[in-house]
Amino acid sequence: MTAKRSWVAHSPVAAVVLPVIGLIGAIALWWLAVIAFSIPEYLLPTPKDVTLTFFEQPAYLLEQLWVSFLETVEGFLLSIVVGVPIALLIVRSVLLERLVYPLLLMLNSIPKIAVAPLLVIWFGFGQGPKVLMVLLVCFFPVVISTAQGMKSTPAELVELMRSLNASRTQEFFKLRLRFALPQIFTGLKVAISLAVIGSVIAEFVGATEGLGYVITQSGASADTSLAFAGITLLSLMSIVLFYGLVWLEHLLVPWAEENR
Amino acid sequence: MIRLDGVGQVFDGREGRITALEKIDLHVHAGEFVTLIGRSGCGKSTLLRLIAGLLPPTSGTVEVAGEPVTGPRADVSFMFQRPALLPWRSVLSNVLLPVELDRQARDRTTYRDLAHTLLEMVGLQGFERRLPHELSGGMQQRVSLCRSLIRSPQVMLMDEPFSALDALTRTELSEELQRIKMELSTTIVFVTHSIEEAVVLADRAVVLTPRPGRMREIVEIDIPRPRTLGPNAHLEDVARISGRLHGLLAEKTAPDDVRPTDKVRSR
Repeated sequence: MTAKRSWVAHSPVAAVVLPVIGLIGAIALWWLAVIAFSIPEYLLPTPKDVTLTFFEQPAYLLEQLWVSFLETVEGFLLSIVVGVPIALLIVRSVLLERLVYPLLLMLNSIPKIAVAPLLVIWFGFGQGPKVLMVLLVCFFPVVISTAQGMKSTPAELVELMRSLNASRTQEFFKLRLRFALPQIFTGLKVAISLAVIGSVIAEFVGATEGLGYVITQSGASADTSLAFAGITLLSLMSIVLFYGLVWLEHLLVPWAEENR
Repeated sequence: MIRLDGVGQVFDGREGRITALEKIDLHVHAGEFVTLIGRSGCGKSTLLRLIAGLLPPTSGTVEVAGEPVTGPRADVSFMFQRPALLPWRSVLSNVLLPVELDRQARDRTTYRDLAHTLLEMVGLQGFERRLPHELSGGMQQRVSLCRSLIRSPQVMLMDEPFSALDALTRTELSEELQRIKMELSTTIVFVTHSIEEAVVLADRAVVLTPRPGRMREIVEIDIPRPRTLGPNAHLEDVARISGRLHGLLAEKTAPDDVRPTDKVRSR
């Protein structure tokens, strides 16, 4: 009994096999439910329907996926380019913190979906407003986590750098920024999940391409299988992006896993 | 080597001014091992930071090697209570940090060799590539010791470096430091609240009394080296000096040091 339990908890094989069994079980249950209660396809398609729909037009769907992917990644990268310097400035100057921080809070309190139509009015139907939406959604977690991380440097290490006559630049790059990295990554992982949501929201409103657009269109024609295919592709993209970040974190800050 | 004249330190705290140190006159000779001993809050760490140039004194003058201290010096190293290692750097690169930060330092390969020698000296050969979190507390503090020795400092300032370690490791490291000190001509000022450490390590122990930190007495410790706390130690001498330090540290503080306002305000 105990041996079985420890296999479940500790075996690396179990760590892969068990989730797969869970996933297959869930899909089987879904399929079974559709057949057992004879649910029509426009309400709930079977896994088979979804797969078939995807293979009816794979090139088109992958193209739309690529559009959404680019918007998401561009907006996410932009949020780092904009957010990290702002966080650094906030940490550096109390005056700026007092001036800007409440504004940021206000900006964050706006429901982003409400802004989507405005973005279309201002910037049209292209990719620009989508990237901007992703930026808006990602920006806040990036700023907050970077600012927190920059403030988390232990006092003793700051004193050590001072006792070694380190310049401010050295102290910044060799100590503070390095120390902030784990917390920055925490923020980035929150942001990347939000980024996918942001691009889909933006594509719901005034778009001509992207998976968000595909899903709204499929709703209009009651093509539920197509919507499911789009949603599945979006989830896969989200998972790949998230674990890409986890992998990058593992490469850049291997020391953090044991430290916190 | 180190000269303090009429040094005083006042902090502006939330509850008004706090006099941390008052009228400190101290002369540490070259090659001498001096411990500053006292209860917590007697300003001994503050005194060490004044010598390190991490803090300017409110009054009086601090001189190292005949020059007034204006900031941290390259020939003075500081060792902290905690190892203060950078968690993403290997043991070796932590030891080499002071050299890396010094833009004037040359001969980096020489320093690399020195780092290996130092690590070997404290029994850490083979651990050069490890990260700090893979080491025990005692090993981390040994790395920190190597780091403070890497630039062959004239003066080493040590702020309760072994106090966070378990008793056995602490004794071990004290004896190791004593051994290292016997080979080097470095001047060491060592802050502690442990009578044991003071007796094993110091040529002179400076006893400080708290609030405000004043010098109570300087106790000469003339027990032959190497000193140990184990068998064959000069037990009588150790007992005599330990007793004396204990007596000085246990003295009741003057009544004017008691601050009733603290209690009244916290209600």
